[in-house]
Amino acid sequence: MIDLSKKDPDISHYKDIWVFIEQTDGKPAQVSFELLTKARELAAQRGCSVAAVAVGKSVSHLAEKVFKYGAERFYIIEDEIFADYRTEPYRDALCELVIKYKPEVFLVGATTQGRDLSGTVATALRTGLTADTTGQEIDPKTGYLWMTRPTFGGSLMATIYCPKHRPQMSTVRPGVFKAVEIENPKAGEIIREKVDFTEDQIVKKILKKVVSDEGTVNLGFYDVIVAGGKGMGSKENFAMIKELADLLGGTWAGSRMAVQLGYVPQSRQVGQTGQTVHPKLYIACGISGAIQHLVGMQTSDTIIAINTDPEAPIFDVSSYCIVEDAVKFLPKLIEKLKNTQRFGG
Amino acid sequence: MHILVFVKQVPDASQVRVNYETGTLIREGVPAILNPFEEHAVEEAVRLKDEHGGKVTVLTMGPPQASEALKQCLARGADKAYLLSDRIFAGSDTLATSYALYEGARKIIELEGDVDLFFAGKQAIDGDTAQTGPGIATRFDLPLVTYLIKINEINLEEKYVVATRLTEFGQETVKVPIPVFFTVEESLNVLSHSPLPYLIKAEKAKIELLSGENVNLDKQQCGLKHSPTMVKKAFTPEKRQRGATLSGTLDEVADQIASKIAPFLKKVS
Repeated sequence: MIDLSKKDPDISHYKDIWVFIEQTDGKPAQVSFELLTKARELAAQRGCSVAAVAVGKSVSHLAEKVFKYGAERFYIIEDEIFADYRTEPYRDALCELVIKYKPEVFLVGATTQGRDLSGTVATALRTGLTADTTGQEIDPKTGYLWMTRPTFGGSLMATIYCPKHRPQMSTVRPGVFKAVEIENPKAGEIIREKVDFTEDQIVKKILKKVVSDEGTVNLGFYDVIVAGGKGMGSKENFAMIKELADLLGGTWAGSRMAVQLGYVPQSRQVGQTGQTVHPKLYIACGISGAIQHLVGMQTSDTIIAINTDPEAPIFDVSSYCIVEDAVKFLPKLIEKLKNTQRFGG
Repeated sequence: MHILVFVKQVPDASQVRVNYETGTLIREGVPAILNPFEEHAVEEAVRLKDEHGGKVTVLTMGPPQASEALKQCLARGADKAYLLSDRIFAGSDTLATSYALYEGARKIIELEGDVDLFFAGKQAIDGDTAQTGPGIATRFDLPLVTYLIKINEINLEEKYVVATRLTEFGQETVKVPIPVFFTVEESLNVLSHSPLPYLIKAEKAKIELLSGENVNLDKQQCGLKHSPTMVKKAFTPEKRQRGATLSGTLDEVADQIASKIAPFLKKVS
């Protein structure tokens, strides 16, 4: 754990916007580049620069891409002990960088890893953290970062700021901002640091890693989500949901009720106790639309709902309402789409 | 084995409505419930107690009525419940909340003995921050295992736990020394019905009270005034309008929808 007495209490000494470059086995998370793009805009308003920061066994190869998305400096800590993500060593490495280089703003993707990491980093640094934000802007008067986040599962939005503590920290939802390369990228500065702890000082050991579909499926990654609920009637009927999702290049999901009935694994649950998604197209099949489901998907661009009950609340947020039995409707729709796919419109 | 579970009482989000004119939540008449993730945390703690022996203590911070959530924990089989309640905590953000709960937990350790396993839900369904659990773990300098889905093994003699958590790409199994802090997923277990003896015990049980009077607090870290984050404004997102109801035969409606979503079709070679 870091020595807090080394942290500079004078907040006027903190400058620049940092973006955490999340990676797994050297592969970067897309949200990192979305945040670099947003950070450029914030830095222009604030009159400061953008830096990227990565911790891992091997992250130097990310430099080119990081600079393409507008980072002017890239802080790197590389060591064998960071081969796998583990909360405590990653936290301690990042805290040491923050204490030494004093960023004013520190943005992290609101991914499984990012949310695990940022809560402990912010506490260790005794600063504020605004979780799971969807909006970031600089207050032109004070220069403070205004961070907007949905609360109560999206029923209410709150704009949060952190006036007296640095860095101002925030996790940002993947997919909110677009990642855009800069026009004339140039190589920035690479700053390498080391940590002074070793593997025998890290108490957590990873015994096994399983990459699986039944783990956390990052639903936020897809442009199209086809979700089923109780109205699908059986686990077998979810074959239609999967087929439609596949035709549309998307993924499949379910409501909490569908999870409880065993139709869908919890890792694919949309809603308050599952994942929040905002795809371009969301197709809700046999889902009535309890508020805990709606808050997880109501910001999707286009919503198509199929339900036998014309009064189902899902229709209140839907762009197209189809009052039919999804189990009967989906085969028809799939047939039509297959024809279109084969023979053109 | 001593297990301490941090719980929160939350408004039942499925019954919260928004007043679109004032941009505020309508909380009146909305029942308060035990945060669903923490129902599973208590369930797990009680199962582990039944298997390995020991006791389960629960702690919440909140107004006096939060003792209702504690009673639910007792009805699930927790042995003792503490309510940390003081006006000084009003308006606490996550950093101030994790500080208060940390001090409350330290008091419980003083009264009840060392804790081996700490549990909390992965997040609360009202704030959705997922920060308080990791914050408390950090203050205790404990190893943190978030998104817990399975306790594989507990070895009390050699003082370690093997546990499985969700990651971005699947699962990982970790070995951590005791004491350790877990935040849990709903899929950790299936809730059992509270057995009758627990229910009777819960009704009679006394809730232990903690406040600034019996907990050692640094007032400079408590409440709204000493929370780093502040709310600038709160507003309601734009309400979606109900779209067209498509009419016609099943075939006609399928045609209309197919043409609307055709642009998303995967290309076939």
